[in-house]
Parts: sequence; structure tokens; C-alpha cells
Amino acid sequence: MADPGPVVLLIEDEPQMRRFLRAALGNESYRLVEAATARDGLAQAAGRNPDIILLDLGLPDGDGIDLTRRLREWSGTPIIVISARGQERDKVAALDAGADDYLTKPFGVGELLARMRVALRHAARAAGGHEEPVFTTGELRVDLEHRRVFVAADEVHLTPTEYRLLVALVRHAGKVLTHRHLLREVWGAHATSQTPSLRVHMAQLRHKLERDSAQPRYLLTEPGVGYRLSAD
Amino acid sequence: MTERRPDPEALLAQARAEEQRATRGRLKIFFGASPGVGKTYAMLEEARAKRREGVDVVVGVVETHGRAETATLLEGLEVLPRRAVEYRGITLHEFDLDAALARRPTLILVDELAHTNAPGSRHTRRSQDVEELLAAGINVSTTLNVQHLESLNDVVAQITGVRVRETVPDSILDQADELELADLSADDLLTRLREGKVYVPDQAARAIEQFFRKGNLIALRELALRRTAERVDAQMRGYMQEHGIRETWPAGERLLVCIGPNPAGARLVRAGKRMATSLKADWVVLYVEAPGQRISASDRDALVQNLQLAQELGAQTVTVSGLNAAEEVLAYARTHNVTKIVVGKPTHPRWRDKLFGSMLDQLVRGSGDVDVYVMSGDVEGEQPPRGPLPGRPAPLAEYGRAAAVVLLSAAVSFPVFSFRSLTDVAMVFLLGVALVASRYGRGPTIFAAFLSIALFDFFFVPPRFTFAVSDVGYFLTFGVMLAIALLISGLTLRIRAQAETARERERSTAALYGMTRELAAARGQSELVAVVARHVRDTFGAPALVLLRGSSGRPELPVGTSPAYPMDEKEQSVAAWALAQGRVAGAGTDTLPGAQGLYVPLAASSGIVGVLGLRPLDPKRFQDPAVQHLLERFAGQAALALERAVLAERTQAEQVEIQAERLRTSLLSSLSHDLRTPLGAITGAASSLLEDKGTLSEATHRELLGSILDESRRMNRLIGNLLDMIRVESGALQVQKEWQPLEEPVGVALIRLEDRLADHPVRVHLPPDLPLVPLDGVLIEQVLINLLENAVKYTPPGTPIEISATTTDGVVRVDVADRGPGLPPGEETKVFEKFYRVPGATATSGVGLGLTIVRGIITAHGGRVWAENRPGGGAAFHFTLPLGGAPPPGVPAPAPAE
Repeated sequence: MADPGPVVLLIEDEPQMRRFLRAALGNESYRLVEAATARDGLAQAAGRNPDIILLDLGLPDGDGIDLTRRLREWSGTPIIVISARGQERDKVAALDAGADDYLTKPFGVGELLARMRVALRHAARAAGGHEEPVFTTGELRVDLEHRRVFVAADEVHLTPTEYRLLVALVRHAGKVLTHRHLLREVWGAHATSQTPSLRVHMAQLRHKLERDSAQPRYLLTEPGVGYRLSAD
Repeated sequence: MTERRPDPEALLAQARAEEQRATRGRLKIFFGASPGVGKTYAMLEEARAKRREGVDVVVGVVETHGRAETATLLEGLEVLPRRAVEYRGITLHEFDLDAALARRPTLILVDELAHTNAPGSRHTRRSQDVEELLAAGINVSTTLNVQHLESLNDVVAQITGVRVRETVPDSILDQADELELADLSADDLLTRLREGKVYVPDQAARAIEQFFRKGNLIALRELALRRTAERVDAQMRGYMQEHGIRETWPAGERLLVCIGPNPAGARLVRAGKRMATSLKADWVVLYVEAPGQRISASDRDALVQNLQLAQELGAQTVTVSGLNAAEEVLAYARTHNVTKIVVGKPTHPRWRDKLFGSMLDQLVRGSGDVDVYVMSGDVEGEQPPRGPLPGRPAPLAEYGRAAAVVLLSAAVSFPVFSFRSLTDVAMVFLLGVALVASRYGRGPTIFAAFLSIALFDFFFVPPRFTFAVSDVGYFLTFGVMLAIALLISGLTLRIRAQAETARERERSTAALYGMTRELAAARGQSELVAVVARHVRDTFGAPALVLLRGSSGRPELPVGTSPAYPMDEKEQSVAAWALAQGRVAGAGTDTLPGAQGLYVPLAASSGIVGVLGLRPLDPKRFQDPAVQHLLERFAGQAALALERAVLAERTQAEQVEIQAERLRTSLLSSLSHDLRTPLGAITGAASSLLEDKGTLSEATHRELLGSILDESRRMNRLIGNLLDMIRVESGALQVQKEWQPLEEPVGVALIRLEDRLADHPVRVHLPPDLPLVPLDGVLIEQVLINLLENAVKYTPPGTPIEISATTTDGVVRVDVADRGPGLPPGEETKVFEKFYRVPGATATSGVGLGLTIVRGIITAHGGRVWAENRPGGGAAFHFTLPLGGAPPPGVPAPAPAE
């Protein structure tokens, strides 16, 4: 363990939350940098070059969404947004502004660590420019090279749109993707208002890939925000 | 009379008077026989003495008339500035009542009580100003000359030959707490007059000369002394009464003064007052209204004034109606234990009494043991010219018809005459006349009678075809014909008049009944106000409105004031006065008569609830006692209805308040219980772990930590529910509908509740062809979570939960059903109420908000939610979501899985 753990920048104004995260992350060999204000957070992000940023949306001195946008101007560091329940619109705005994922308070340590792992993995993959030719989660297997999809041993036939949608999710597996993001990636920049269309295709994809489409295992809905492909 | 006990009635009246006196200011009157005796002087001297004693004395108004000695006395006293009033180009300086009320001194001096205020003042008379000051609890000192007393007005006029116009009611003298006589012998007064110490206005110099004759002054002095003595006598009696001394207790005399619709009544009223006073008797002034009797406008005015005068002099006034005045008077006298009746001397010619019987005669004969006094009914001043003969002028057409009837009887008479006698012909004509008399007025009847006589004479009486009469006996026939015609027409007119009166009554009663009925049906104050205004307007033919007492105690303008009734500031202040004082004010009354409207207070049992305003085109009409009475009845009904509405609204508001209070209490108790329980568990577990010195096992550690986590989650859910509740309640719930498959929220709910649903198999039946539904994903997910949690909470582990959906009639119906114990019968709708918990539920069951939130969210979606017990056991919750048309274009239809 000579390799020091990744640097985590925590931008959070609540001392109790900071104390909890300090304890939780310290155990996991993360090195924690703390900032209590948006201003300080921006300075720390520039100075300490963190590997991942945990950003609370409800900062006293500024708008977390705006901070995300400013960070994204020069940094590709993964950002995980932390927000309270009932702020779906803020979450979507933060994700559209460039945040990678979000967590709703209160959350458990396990969930936080899982999200952080996903974010770091994506960042590493993006940096390496390398893409796995075959994606597997549970019984679902997507062969990106040969454009074939399997559930257990059975091959599933998808329409081109369904396939494009699945590939978009696979590329960001484990990450939440907003409706807008998916629409832009699958249908193109002009189609960002076609949310019902997206929902219908998602429903069809579930019918084809899930054992019980009402209790999906892989294609998860993030209410009010978007979808996520389970990566575990 | 050996009884020494005070008369209870009298004691009660005394107690009432004392009670009133406690809150009212004290009135002291400096009384004098004539100007110049030194009333003002005495008043000012006393005021200075009071001031030296430290009493807060203010001079409201004192006329010095340029007399130096009076002016000297004014020095050092606080004098209120006068109010300037413009009247016909002259500036008058009047007493400023409002300033006095605002200043609120302990004692205020108001000179010359009988003064008449300049037009445009609040009251027509200064005595009314004083009355208001007293009512406000301010002590008043004032001055008064004997000739200004209402009841002595006639006597003074007789003595001096000068009639004084400015008078005050005697009652004010009786009400005075103190009366001080400023006395000066006639010689001394005349000396003062010669020395120029008595104020004499230039313009009335001659009249004054006539006034200040020695004989006059002596007579006036006697009057003043006697009036003062009477008062001392009254005080003595009061003292005796108070102390149970009854030796001189008079028998209960009751005086009835009968007046007619003529100016002579005033004299009778004053005479009655003097008699009543000397007899110490109660007195009543009675007017017998004859139905259909036509009274000229000036006579009616005189009647109204005389009745008002009687009231001011302390009489009770009564108006009864009946054809026979004597009978009515006697009936009233008998039923009201009247001991003496006062009537005026007849002024009509004697032959009328001979012909129709004398009312006076009837009265005297029927009076039994009641004394009847006949007073001179001289008319003061010249009698106003009599109007035209009362009676409806008959239109020309009626004369035409009368002529036609007579011609017809003539035509019938020819065949009759050929085989019957002349007597029968006369009968035919008589029939015609009777017919005319029964249908038309007096004029056409007389015309018909004469025409009949002429035709009868010309055609049938020998010598025929001439107007000559051979036999004198026929003149008797003519006379009888005429007499019968007059008799019948008189009877008919009477009957018709009676019918007219009855109809008038009927109309009034019907109008009142109509309003009462509508008031009973009306809901809420604004509706009542509209009903009252409309009925009053229709019945009295004048724009009307109702002003309710506002929260500030002032009348509040109704919303949307009718343009027919503009309420400017002046009108509003008159209405405010009527409301505050509880008395009628405005046009046609003595108070603020300059106003356009007439304002009647709406007095209910709990006080005055508002003011009824009318804009009469003819204010005089409202001085008619009958109209006044009807208006009062309308106001009374309106007041009762409005009071009822106010009370009902208050009760309702209280009910709502009680409900809200109950809810607050139950919310607070829920919060304190439901938030403290998990907090207690967390605190306990955390402190155990913190203070552990290695004695707790690894398993216990984990158990404690697990309970901290569980309880935290429970609290999170609870707070979430409360926040949702607040959002639903406050209307802050924003539904952002998006077309989406129902699968999505169902799926999310199931995943979110995965842990808690572990013990319950969940079966989902969503038909593959289920259309997209416009819904707010986050909210519907909450609905499903709440319903599922509910099922988990109330059903034993292992029992299945089913979720299904169907489409019918443009709605999607979603069912969440369990196989638990079901709902308590009859409480299927109650479960959606706030803080409802199934009886006997355990503490873990929650606050009782889950289903209320479900209802709030579904209602906000335009759907419906209900619960029922399933056949075969268990509870089922259903909710619907409207599909609301076709999904937006460009959406592919959902295809079933391949």
C-alpha cells in the first residue's frame, strides 16, 4: 500500500456531515480535503488537484450548479453532487451542467463508496481512452464489438434505436444519465424534448432484457432525473 | 293606605334612573324669568368657584353680549373656539360639539339651552347638543328662560303677546340634576334694563319693549318661581318615595289627550302636559285615523308635528284607526285604565252634529266614570286655507257612464210606464242612481240623481214633456231620490275607503312578509343585505342600502355601492352618528336634517348591527306615523336576520377554529411522540456504544448499530411524510405531469422498498397494452410507496401484496391489495383522514399521514382514491389517474415484448 489513495475534495458546509464523511472515507484510504464554502472549494479544486469532488448543492455562499459549471470549464474531475430529497430539478440541472452522479441525503456509506468507485473507474477509462469490448452485468452481456446482446445464454434482438440507447447506458454504466443526456446521445441534439419517446423505448428495452419489467434489475429508473444501468 | 313599603315599580324606575345618572354627566340649569336676571352671571361665578376647587372647567359657549361684567368673569377660564358656519352669506359662530367631545372636560358651560343651531349643524337644537354631551359623561351647566319651556309657551305668549319660537322640551328640565333660579324683582330688572345692562338685539327692539313691561315681568317671574317650586315639590316626592313615605301618594291618574289632524292639536297637547304635570299623571296623546279620510298636506304636517311635540313633552303617542273616533277613544280609554280624557272644542258648524251625531256627545255619553275635559281648540295663528273637498276627483268618464246609466233607466221606464204606475218608474230611476252611487264617486252620483229627476220630471211627471210639475207631492219624490243617492254614495265611499285601508295594510304586511321570507332563505350577510335593500327600495320607493357595523365600530360601505345611492363623506358621517347613537338621523328628522338620506339604526337584541339608509324623494312622507312604523318594522326584521347571520358566521368560525385547534394538538402530540421514539432509540444505542468498555459483544455492537440505522431511516420517512403533508396542505404541491409508462414509478417504488417488502411476495399485473399515463413520476412513486408501506405495516408477514392496473373510460385504475385483516368496517373513508390510525395499532404504525398524502397527490392529479375490503379478506386501495386525451405526437405505441 505504498500508493497513496485518491484525493477527495469535500465541499460541504455542515460540520456534522464533514465529520461523518471524514470518518467514513478515512477508513477507505482516501485522502480528504475539506472546504466549507463554494469559494474555498473552487480554490481547493485548483490548488489540490483532487481525483474526485463531493459537492453539496446547498452551500451558503453560492449555487452548487454554478460551481459545477465553473469547475467543468477547466477540469474533468468527476463530481458527485449531494442533495436533499425534493430537489430533483437541481439534481438534473447539476448533472446537465457536468456533474457525474448524485446522492440524496441521507445516504449510507456503502452507497457513497460504490458511487465513488464508479466515478473513478469512468474517469480512469476516459483518461486511458480504452473501452472494454464486452460489458457484463448479472446475466446481461453486451458485445460492443459485434453488436450483439445476450441475457444469460439467449441472444436478444434489438431495434437500432434500442441498441443505441443500451450502448449509451453501457458506456456510462453505474452512472446516472439524465433524460436530456440520453436523448442527445441517442436521437441527436435536436430531440431533447422527446422524453415520452425515450420512456417508451426504455420500457421496450426492459421488456426484452429484464426478467420482470416492473421490477427491473439492470435498467434502473432515477425518479425525476433519468436512468442508470446497474454496474454491479 | 297604611302600607309603608315603597312601590316596587317606582323603585325600579328610580334604580334605572340612578344607574343612568352614574354614567351620564350631570346637568345643571340656571333658570330665569326673563333675559337680564343674571343667569349667565351666576353660571360663570359658579364655574370660577369650581375652577378654584380644581375642577376641569371649559366654556363651550357663553354669550357676553358685550357686557363688561360678564366678560370680566370669562377671564381666566378656558374658552373653546367656536365653529364658523356659512349660512346664506353670513358667517355664524356656533358651539363646536365635536371639539367639546374631544376635549372631554369635567364641566362644560353651554349658554342658552333653547338656542337653535345654524343649518348644517349636527343637531337642529342646542338642547340636543347638551344631550349628547351628557350622554358622553360630561357635566353641563346651562341657562334657560321660562318662556322657552315648551309647555309654558302658550301661557307666555298670552301674557306677553310675544311668541317665542325657540323652545326646549320640558323633559330636559325634569332631567336636570340641579336647577338654580336666578331671581330678580321686576323693578330691579327694569333698572338694569335702563342702565343698558340687559342685552337687547336691535332688530327686535319693539318686540322687546312690549316684552319688558312690568306686568309681564311679574307674571313671568311668577311662572319661573312656580316651575321651580314644582320641581322642588317633585324632589320632595322623590325623597318620600325613596324613603317609603306614602301619605300623599296620588291615585294613579292617566290622561288621554285626543288630537285631530289640525294645528289646534298643539294647544291641546300643551294643555294636556300642564294637566298631567299638575295631576302627576301619565299621559297619552291619541290620534284616531279614519280610513280613507283625505287630509291636506299641511294638516298632515301639523299632525306629525303635534305628535312629535307630545313625545318631546313626555307623552306616549298612539295612533289607532277606526271609522268612529268616539268609539275608538273610549275603547282605548277602557283598555288602558284612562281616568281623564281631554278633547278639543268642536270647530265645525252645529248642523253637522245634528245630522251625523256629535263625536263629543258620544264620547261624553259613553265615558262612564272617566272624566272628559273639553278644551278650547283655538287655532294658533291663522288657519291654513282648506284644501279642496276631500275625495277623489271623479274623471269625466265616470260622469259619462253615470249619464248612460240614467239614460238606460229612462229607456226602461217607457215600457214600464205603459202598464205600471209612476211610482214604479221612480223606482227604476232610483235603481239607476243606486247603481251609479255604488260604483262611482259622490260627484257622478249627485249628477245622476239630478239627471234622473230631470228626465223623470220631463218624460213622466204630468204634464209630460215639460219640466213643469202639476202636483207638489212630486217634489217629495225628487227629495227622496236625492237623499237615497247621497246616502248610498256615502256608504259606498266609506266601504271603499275601508277596503283601501285594508288593502294598504295588506300590502304593508305582504311586503314585510315577503322580505321576512326571503331573509329566512338568504345565506350569509351579503345576501341578507341585498335582500333588505331591495325590499326596502321596492316598498318605500326610495333607493336604499344597508351599512353594517364594521370591526372599527363605524358603518362599513357595502361592496359595489349602487350608483343610485352615492355615499359621500357627509352621508357616511350621518350614518355613523345613527349607528353610534342608535337613533334615527338624516333627512326629515331633527338630527342632521341636511343629509340626503334617512338613516335608521338596525337594533337587534345584542345591540345595533348596522344602519338602513334610504334616499327619500319626499322626506315628509317618512314623517307619517304609519310609514315610520312600517319602516321600523322593516328595520327590526332586517336587524334580527343580520344578527342571526352574524351569530351563525361567528359560530362557524369558532367551529373551524376548534377543528384547527384539535388538529394542531394532535399534530403536536404525534410529532412529539413519533419523533421522540426513534430519537430515544438512537440516543440509547449510541450512548451504549460510546460508553462501552469492551464488555459488549461484537453481535451486540452490530445490533445496536443496526437499530441506530433503522431508527434513523424511520425518522427520515416520518419527516418526509410531514413535509409532503405540508406541501399537500399548503397547496404548494406542484404536479409536473409527463407521459410515461406506469411501470416506471411501480418499479422505483418496489426497489426503494425492497428491504421492507422482503417478507411479502409482491405480484405485479400490468397489462402489456397499458397506455402511457400523464403523471408526476416522483409523486406517484410516493403514492405507491405509501400504499405498499401501509400494506406491510398492517398485514402479517408472508401474505401477498398485489399491484394491478386496468384502463377504463379514459382513466387508469391502479389497485394495491393485500390479504391482511382488512379495514374496520365503516371506516373505509376515514382511513384517509389526517392522523387516522386503525384502532389498536401498535406504536410502530406511524403518524397516520401516509394515506392523507396519497389522497392529496391523487386529487392533485385529478384522480380519485378509495379503499374497500376485499372479498375473501384483506384490504384493497384503488386510485385512478385520468388519461386526458392522446399522448403527444412522435411517441411510438408501446409494443409488447417479443
